[in-house]
Amino acid sequence: MLKLNGIHTFYGPIEALRGINIEVKQGEIVSLIGNNGAGKSTTLMTISGILKPQAGDIVFEGEGIGGMPPHRIVEMGISQVPEGRRIFPRLTIKENLEMGAYTKFKVQLDKIFELFPVLKERQKQLGGTLSGGEQQMLAIGRALMSNPKLLLLDEPSLGLAPIIVSKIFRTIKDINREGVTVLLVEQNARAALKLSNKGYVLETGKIVLEGKGEYLLINEQLKKAYLGE
Amino acid sequence: MFLQQLINGLTLGSVYALIALGYSMVYGILELINFAHGEIYMLGAYLGIIFLAFFTAVGLTAHNLPLALMLTFVLSIIFCSSYGFTIEKIAYKPLRNAPRLSPLISAIGVSIFLQNYVMLTQGATDKVFPAFFGVAGFQFMSVRMTYLQLFIILSSAVLTIALRLFVRKTRMGKAMRAVAQDKTMASLVGINIDTIISLTFIIGSGLAAVAGLMVAMYYGLVNYSIGYVAGIKAFTAAVLGGIGSIRGAMFGGLLLGLVESLGGSYISGEYKDAYAFVILIIILLVKPGGLFGKADLEKV
Repeated sequence: MLKLNGIHTFYGPIEALRGINIEVKQGEIVSLIGNNGAGKSTTLMTISGILKPQAGDIVFEGEGIGGMPPHRIVEMGISQVPEGRRIFPRLTIKENLEMGAYTKFKVQLDKIFELFPVLKERQKQLGGTLSGGEQQMLAIGRALMSNPKLLLLDEPSLGLAPIIVSKIFRTIKDINREGVTVLLVEQNARAALKLSNKGYVLETGKIVLEGKGEYLLINEQLKKAYLGE
Repeated sequence: MFLQQLINGLTLGSVYALIALGYSMVYGILELINFAHGEIYMLGAYLGIIFLAFFTAVGLTAHNLPLALMLTFVLSIIFCSSYGFTIEKIAYKPLRNAPRLSPLISAIGVSIFLQNYVMLTQGATDKVFPAFFGVAGFQFMSVRMTYLQLFIILSSAVLTIALRLFVRKTRMGKAMRAVAQDKTMASLVGINIDTIISLTFIIGSGLAAVAGLMVAMYYGLVNYSIGYVAGIKAFTAAVLGGIGSIRGAMFGGLLLGLVESLGGSYISGEYKDAYAFVILIIILLVKPGGLFGKADLEKV
């Protein structure tokens, strides 16, 4: 479904991605793990078209999307929940969701409200007034409003209480079961890998390890570096 | 006397408010003070003269004055909006990722260019705007209001309300607010940022065209340099109300008009233009965010 071939991306003068290859197949959950500054967010921003790759190509459903403007990529069916959620603080919950459906002319809120009932109760409130967990729900809901085929999630568990984190991960699983392919970036490697069909480990702009989720979970090298054992 | 000055001030303030809206919208989206905005207002006034002269020549003004005036407004708005659109594409868009000072200097350059362009093509002397309304009006006790004043106040109120509704209720208007709050996120939900920025310039310039035409009708004289002072005053109005806010631009404009008009008659008319700047300084010292401004500069 999505293939990155030899992607090089510069972030200012720094070469943040140094030739990475990633493949995401239809219906999978694929996670991308690694430390701060490894290039995880850069990868997602490159896929979304916010950053332009210097070299390499990105193919989504048989079409090259490298260098396409971001709004075209959303129209193609890729939507992102960025790091830090980036809720529009002075738009209401409802307006935030409506913006998620900007590329669609029909706005369907029911499905999202079913998934996150708390958003329905607070739909008239400003986005900036929500708690971290609620903002994460809103960010995911907003990304789903465009009916994406592929959902990119950047650190959805960051800064949230453990109980909310497990709820978010369950939701990701549910969304995937409904047919949305997921590419998940996480520092919480264990939780991410448990959920994933496949994982990639990114270190300073390069993929150093890849494999099935359960395989990576028992990999000695990975255990030492990322799973804290 | 006081009520009379109130009406004069409201008239003037309505015009400032319309220009201030353009400043405020562009600043809200690009954080750019568009110094060329006053020149768009000046162009609106000149285009009004040109189109009216044309309609007089073909006999439309004598035959059907309201239609001629309406067409003049519509054409001036279209022309000014095209100017605004083109200026953004040529002078600001290439500098979008440059340091903030660069587009500001570019804006000053555009402003100087447009002033000289009009001076060279239209002459440096004042042009007379044909007085169609004259001083017809109505009297209420000791206060006199001309139909033109009423027209200016009403149309600027209608346009401001329409703009507010557009920004609050429509898909494009909400997208505008989204772009103003977080451009990257707006792209990520599929908003074409360039389209929204162009739209902002088109709307702002259209409002400036209306303001220019109305002032030309009100004072009856037009000069290539009127955009400069009006621009700075409208900018003051925008800052006074809280730049980036529509309500702020409107109240800032009205308040400035009132201060100028009341100060001009109770203190001294000679300092008419100075009041705006005194207010600007006071606001910047006391409440830099403006009357309706955000409590603090966000950017978490």
